[in-house]
Amino acid sequence: MSSTTPRQTVSGAPLLEIKNLQVGFQTQNGMVQAVRGASLTLRAGETLAIVGESGSGKSTTAHAVINLLPGSGQVSGGEILFEGRDLTKLSQKEMEEVRGKLIGFVPQDPMSNLNPVWSIGFQVEEAIKANGIATGRSDIKKHAIAVLKEAGLGDAEKRLRQFPHQFSGGMRQRVLIGMGLSSRPKLLIADEPTSALDVTVQRTILDNLEKLTREIGTALLFITHDLGLAAERAENLVVMYKGQVVESGPSKEILQNPLHPYTQRLVAAAPSLASRRIQSSSKSLVDLDYSAPKTAEGLDLIKAAEDRAELQAAAPKRESAIVLQNLTKVYKIRGSKDDFKAVDNVSFEIERGTTMALVGESGSGKSTVAKILLRLEDATAGKILINGTDTAPLKGKALLELRRRMQPVFQDPYGSLDPLRNIGNTISEPLTTHNIGDKASRRARVLELLDQVSLPSTLATRYPNELSGGQRQRVAIARALALKPDIVILDEAVSALDVLVQAQILQLLTDLQTELELTYLFITHDLAVVRVIADNVSVMQRGKIVEKATTDEVFDNPQMEYTKELLNAIPGAGIALGV
Amino acid sequence: MSNDVNESPVTGSSARSANHFVAPLEETPLVAIDVVKVAEKPSNLWIDAWRDARSRPIFWISGVLILLVLVVALLPGLFTSVAPNNDCQLALSNGGPTDGHPLGFTKQGCDVYSRIINGTSTSLTVGIIVILLTTVLGVVFGAFAGFYGGWLDSFLSRIGDIFFSIPYILAAVVIMSVLSQYRSVWTISLAIGIFAWPSTARVLRAEILSVKQSDYVMASYALGVSKLRILFRHVLPNAIAPVIAITTISLAAAIVAEATLSFLGVGLGSDIMSWGNEINQAQRDIRTHPQTLIYPSIALSITVFAFILMGEVIREALDPKARALR
Amino acid sequence: MAGYILRRLLQAIPVFIGTTFLIYFMVFALPGDPIIALFGDKTPNPAIVAQLRQQYHLDQPFIVQYLIYMGGIFQGNFGVSFSGQPVIEILARTFPVTLRLAVIALLMETIAGILVGMVAGLRKGKLFDGTTLAISLILISLPVFVIAFVAQFVFGVQLGWARTTVGDGAPIQDLILPAIVLASISFAQIVRLTRSSVIETSSLDFVRTAYSKGLGRRRIIPVHILRNSLIPVVTYLATDFGVLLVGATVTEGIFNVPGVGNTLYQAIIRGEGPTVVSFVTVMVLIYLLVNLAVDLLYGLLDPRIRYVK
Repeated sequence: MSSTTPRQTVSGAPLLEIKNLQVGFQTQNGMVQAVRGASLTLRAGETLAIVGESGSGKSTTAHAVINLLPGSGQVSGGEILFEGRDLTKLSQKEMEEVRGKLIGFVPQDPMSNLNPVWSIGFQVEEAIKANGIATGRSDIKKHAIAVLKEAGLGDAEKRLRQFPHQFSGGMRQRVLIGMGLSSRPKLLIADEPTSALDVTVQRTILDNLEKLTREIGTALLFITHDLGLAAERAENLVVMYKGQVVESGPSKEILQNPLHPYTQRLVAAAPSLASRRIQSSSKSLVDLDYSAPKTAEGLDLIKAAEDRAELQAAAPKRESAIVLQNLTKVYKIRGSKDDFKAVDNVSFEIERGTTMALVGESGSGKSTVAKILLRLEDATAGKILINGTDTAPLKGKALLELRRRMQPVFQDPYGSLDPLRNIGNTISEPLTTHNIGDKASRRARVLELLDQVSLPSTLATRYPNELSGGQRQRVAIARALALKPDIVILDEAVSALDVLVQAQILQLLTDLQTELELTYLFITHDLAVVRVIADNVSVMQRGKIVEKATTDEVFDNPQMEYTKELLNAIPGAGIALGV
Repeated sequence: MSNDVNESPVTGSSARSANHFVAPLEETPLVAIDVVKVAEKPSNLWIDAWRDARSRPIFWISGVLILLVLVVALLPGLFTSVAPNNDCQLALSNGGPTDGHPLGFTKQGCDVYSRIINGTSTSLTVGIIVILLTTVLGVVFGAFAGFYGGWLDSFLSRIGDIFFSIPYILAAVVIMSVLSQYRSVWTISLAIGIFAWPSTARVLRAEILSVKQSDYVMASYALGVSKLRILFRHVLPNAIAPVIAITTISLAAAIVAEATLSFLGVGLGSDIMSWGNEINQAQRDIRTHPQTLIYPSIALSITVFAFILMGEVIREALDPKARALR
Repeated sequence: MAGYILRRLLQAIPVFIGTTFLIYFMVFALPGDPIIALFGDKTPNPAIVAQLRQQYHLDQPFIVQYLIYMGGIFQGNFGVSFSGQPVIEILARTFPVTLRLAVIALLMETIAGILVGMVAGLRKGKLFDGTTLAISLILISLPVFVIAFVAQFVFGVQLGWARTTVGDGAPIQDLILPAIVLASISFAQIVRLTRSSVIETSSLDFVRTAYSKGLGRRRIIPVHILRNSLIPVVTYLATDFGVLLVGATVTEGIFNVPGVGNTLYQAIIRGEGPTVVSFVTVMVLIYLLVNLAVDLLYGLLDPRIRYVK
């Protein structure tokens, strides 16, 4: 929480100093430079965050420090000075001495970073043994238990003999943090240590990491894509873009006064920052008089939120497009007497032309609601009215008619398009399925849709593998719009995208909503995004809706403990930010 | 670019907050976000696979070999004018090479070269019938089991398990023993194919299980596309690649199976020319006349090698993961 | 683990019933007199035909025949051979020989295969790797009887290093050449599988994490890479056991090793149908048991399977 108070540090000499680092990867088309002349300085006991989008070279820089570049990666120039020693010049053997002992590492994905065939105890103990922290079996075991307890596994004794798959993601990450800190290293590199976890878990784990590194006096090199998170957790920031450092300095200063246009874009597009800034303005969005910096045009989330708030405020009260009444879905579990209630008595309404966000963590049942709504699964009990019609009894033609009016966009940009069908065919599949138009008119509609989602018409004959994640989501949106529906279900549709791309797609969605009078059900785990895109919010926890209100009410005056917890988990709390 | 950071004073207590450094814009100019960059020509899995395969010498080597085997099988007359059966003279039994008979003679005094050339079509025919059979059965069982799931999956998979639990050559030995009066290319192909399909079905089923989870399949359901159409339009085309690779290798395995059964004497009738039969006939004279055994073995091995090589090329071309292993 | 074993055993029952039924069906549900068909063009001894008719209860309905036959199998009664000798007696004599041959072959192919495959995988793209890949492809393309004949001709006839036929009561070293032939079939597949498995495992995240803990290559290769790579190899060995059985039939036949495979081989080439059916049944049963055993071993190798409810 209190990252704004500077840490006590003993010496001012840099612990880690990267000078003009160059890293390249050998590919079929020759050397590709992933890091081009990056420099940074980290002093003992400090926390420094490297922020950037995917492909910015932030992880590559971190991996270069401990010489664990993947595949063909190679440091091709520059120096990495650790306590004055150039790590790039060390032999394999010397590097092994540095790793673990002097520099610890916490990887990104807890699910894949523990060996599934060895017990947790074995994997912690082997780290302790390798670094000579303890000798003798019982000593090593005692140490392993201590390490795990400190990382937040209270029942470590009992769990030593368990295997990784018996641990939740959060617990695995605690194990990895414990391992990384087991030999009290001078530096800990944490590479997006919590981005694979649920938001509330993220927070407790990062709090614990911060507490531990502070107690031990370990300096932390923190890699993240989230500017808000970086600023909250580190006193200094390094912003990377295309393999270069574009801006660095004290976190607060960079956030309040970003100088490089790229950083300005990032600040404008980060949902966590935007939602925090809207909160701190203490004005309602309608009264906000905000103008975005020029460099961030079309990306600024506050601007987008402000525009939409004004538009909605001006609109008259409309009838409900979607009404859910006491929706319940029960799954029978094989071999178990207890049924699993994925959706438990859920009711809400969405007014035509508005956006409702359905927020919840993994397993909350939010995606099941979407599937039932789309008639991909049947409800166990309850009623769904779409534009006043009960959807449950619909069959054949009437069901097709319902589908024509309601279309989904799903999460995974890499799975949302059939890789073997070209973009044109993908977008026109709705038309062929519903027998709309002839060949020529379908083609014309495909081109029109591509234009609507700002993609060049030449893509019609291309296949998904040539597109980026954001572009694929645009195609998925175009496919959803092909039948001119009035309801679009967005199931985590922007969650997997980089911030700038995410901001663009959010902007596109807002524009389309105004233009086509669409009603959105926006399903997400990210409350920060909700602040800028939704008019109403329903918070789901374990199948139930725990809170339901307008976005302003939920953010300004949350009623339930769980909602407060989710709000607190949005990074950037405690940073004074103006609008 | 790193001047600012490096020149910041490192001594003194106030130096802890590093200077606010900004790189000049010319160094890393901003580019538009998410620009569409496409290659000259469209590409998808199949186009990429063809590009990859065609760039590899072993594709051409195995391709030419397979083509040669095909031509020999279809037009044996192009390669030999010696009749394989009629001109046999016992006087030439196990004789060495002579003019016009480059590989010598069999025990019955027939021309070895001519018999090898004329036996080619047998091996190939058996191979092709077997893979047609295993592919049809494997795809039907695998696709429906994987796609529909539930009790149908349990039922079809158990049937597959049962057939999979009898090694197909052993099963064919039994079938061919019972059918000793009806030994033909068809019966032997049936005997092999009936027990060889479960591996195809298993591969396809596993692939379909993962493909059917894709969001694009979900999106098609939400459009109202019918189940069967989704199976044939989206799921099967995206799941079929590994089947194609193993089918090529199955063809080689079927040729070996036929040769093995014929070698054991429960394969094709002795009146049908096949490499397995030749090897069977020659084995008793291995000590004295190895050539009658070696030449058909070489023909068999080279053909099998060509198909296995091609199978490897196809597998690696179609599976980016396998490509990374090279 | 107990639950896992129980589940596996229960799953094996329908497969066991299905396979035996299938073999029985193949032989006795075909039109005509199955006994006469089994003898092919040979003239059977009438006494044995009578014995077989009685053994298979051909006067009963098909399903009853099968049940009686299965009852016999559970009591170790696998019927009589062509010559009237009880199959179980032949098995008692021949099985130890085959077991010895198979164990030697299995040991050779797994140890050598895993070793070569691991080295190739760790040196991906180097000369050793390329050579190994090429040789393994050639080896895979050679049918087992070709390998057997070549080995017999080169090492037995030409070089005289080994005896070309083994025969009854031969010393164990005579089994080495047939065992090498038998091992060579799966050796190449094991090499390729280990290689790709090692390459894949090496690039997994937990290997990088192991390095980041300060472990050296000498610990990471056996403990984290090889250990995990063994899982698919063991799975392969189980499904490949059928190939080993067929290979044993051919190899024992060619080298005249007095084992189960040779008995089947001789019965096949002599067209002794009843013996063929009995011994194929025995081999299928062995195959099922081995697969079951490997499945259980698999549970030991992979904790993810062991602890699933």
